[in-house]
Amino acid sequence: MNGVHDMGGMQCFGPVQAEANEPVFHARWEARVFGLSMLMGAWRRWNIDSNRGRTERLPPAEYLGWSYYEKWLASLTARSVEAGLITAEEVANGRPAPGSVRQTPPRTAAQVPAALAAGNPTQRPVAANPRFAPGAAVRAKNINPTGHTRLPRYVRGRLGTIERDHGAHVFPDTNARFEGENPQTLYTVRFAARELWGVAANPADSICLDLWDDYLDPA
Amino acid sequence: MTADHDHSHDHDHEGQDAPSATALRVKALESLLVEKGLVDPAALDAIIDTYEHRIGPRNGARVVARAWIDPAYKARLMTDATAAIAELGYSGSQGEHMVAVENTPDTHNVVVCTLCSCYPWPVLGLPPTWYKSNAYRSRVVIDPRGVLQELGLTVDQNVAVQVWDSTAEIRYLVLPERPAGTEGMEEDALAALVTRDAMIGVAKVASPAASASR
Repeated sequence: MNGVHDMGGMQCFGPVQAEANEPVFHARWEARVFGLSMLMGAWRRWNIDSNRGRTERLPPAEYLGWSYYEKWLASLTARSVEAGLITAEEVANGRPAPGSVRQTPPRTAAQVPAALAAGNPTQRPVAANPRFAPGAAVRAKNINPTGHTRLPRYVRGRLGTIERDHGAHVFPDTNARFEGENPQTLYTVRFAARELWGVAANPADSICLDLWDDYLDPA
Repeated sequence: MTADHDHSHDHDHEGQDAPSATALRVKALESLLVEKGLVDPAALDAIIDTYEHRIGPRNGARVVARAWIDPAYKARLMTDATAAIAELGYSGSQGEHMVAVENTPDTHNVVVCTLCSCYPWPVLGLPPTWYKSNAYRSRVVIDPRGVLQELGLTVDQNVAVQVWDSTAEIRYLVLPERPAGTEGMEEDALAALVTRDAMIGVAKVASPAASASR
């Protein structure tokens, strides 16, 4: 979706301002939202791609104006309701509906260290049959899907060079829609800064993105 | 607190004022999820403790220091960063597939995620607010030198800047240049010099003399 989340190359947000000695969380609620989001994932009713797609569908003014963990809270609440784990009425009331069955949490404290250490790898042991070798010239496709994609607007239609082959990885565009992992070759593709931004860019500079086979054409 | 838009709604100053509306909403959601048996409160505390106290940029600093003193380790880091980082005990969520990119006198690397806020958690912990800000995400790809300047780093015009936009599940760790004046230093002392910002690529590692005089 051509949304406000796809912000590479926009210039309207002012200077980057760093905070000295920033804490991991600025308020306890941020820590709770972070932890709740991590644990609710253990129900496996969604995946990282559908999560990102959900956040991208927040109203643009909220996406741009809300803090990071406010977006996490909105996204977690929305997908928990959409997955049927909780209801909108329960969220409004802050307590389980009368008669609702108490579940058993899928992840205990004892399981947390191993679960975090394992993570969720996205590489799949399938024959990827890569179409491109390192050094090959490619052009990022000019596509405008209305769902989730990881092909940013600022490289669509642009010429790049294959930098590296990462093997077959889960394809976000289908995985976000729960239409399958569709693993395919993931490449690092290098674009000259001048190819993306014109003659004002430094001729020595480049931008590298990780792009799936379906995003690329031979050039 | 930054002046960035990302914090315009963050009114929570715990222990000082009444809890914000957001804090109350989170409290209600947590109670609901715990009461329904969807979340184990002990697991919640364990996850928060992990990212507040156990996983952070000191992990990445150990990787960098090891690479500086051990050429064989550095070679493994540059060819299979995931395995090399796991040798030191760091792995997992948001670091499942790692790549290390090396700064040299000719090349400066800087990492971003323009589409969300992807960041290598096992080696750097959770990202700082500026990394997640609309300003950094949008501008570092089109004006990397300007953004680096704002963050205090001037890159010579003859040095190539490589920006790594984390658009997939590959996570990037910048291997900074080892500063002058560190010859013969032990691994622990070297690790103490390495900052989070140097491993994102928005700073260099200062020489010990410069660090001491700050």
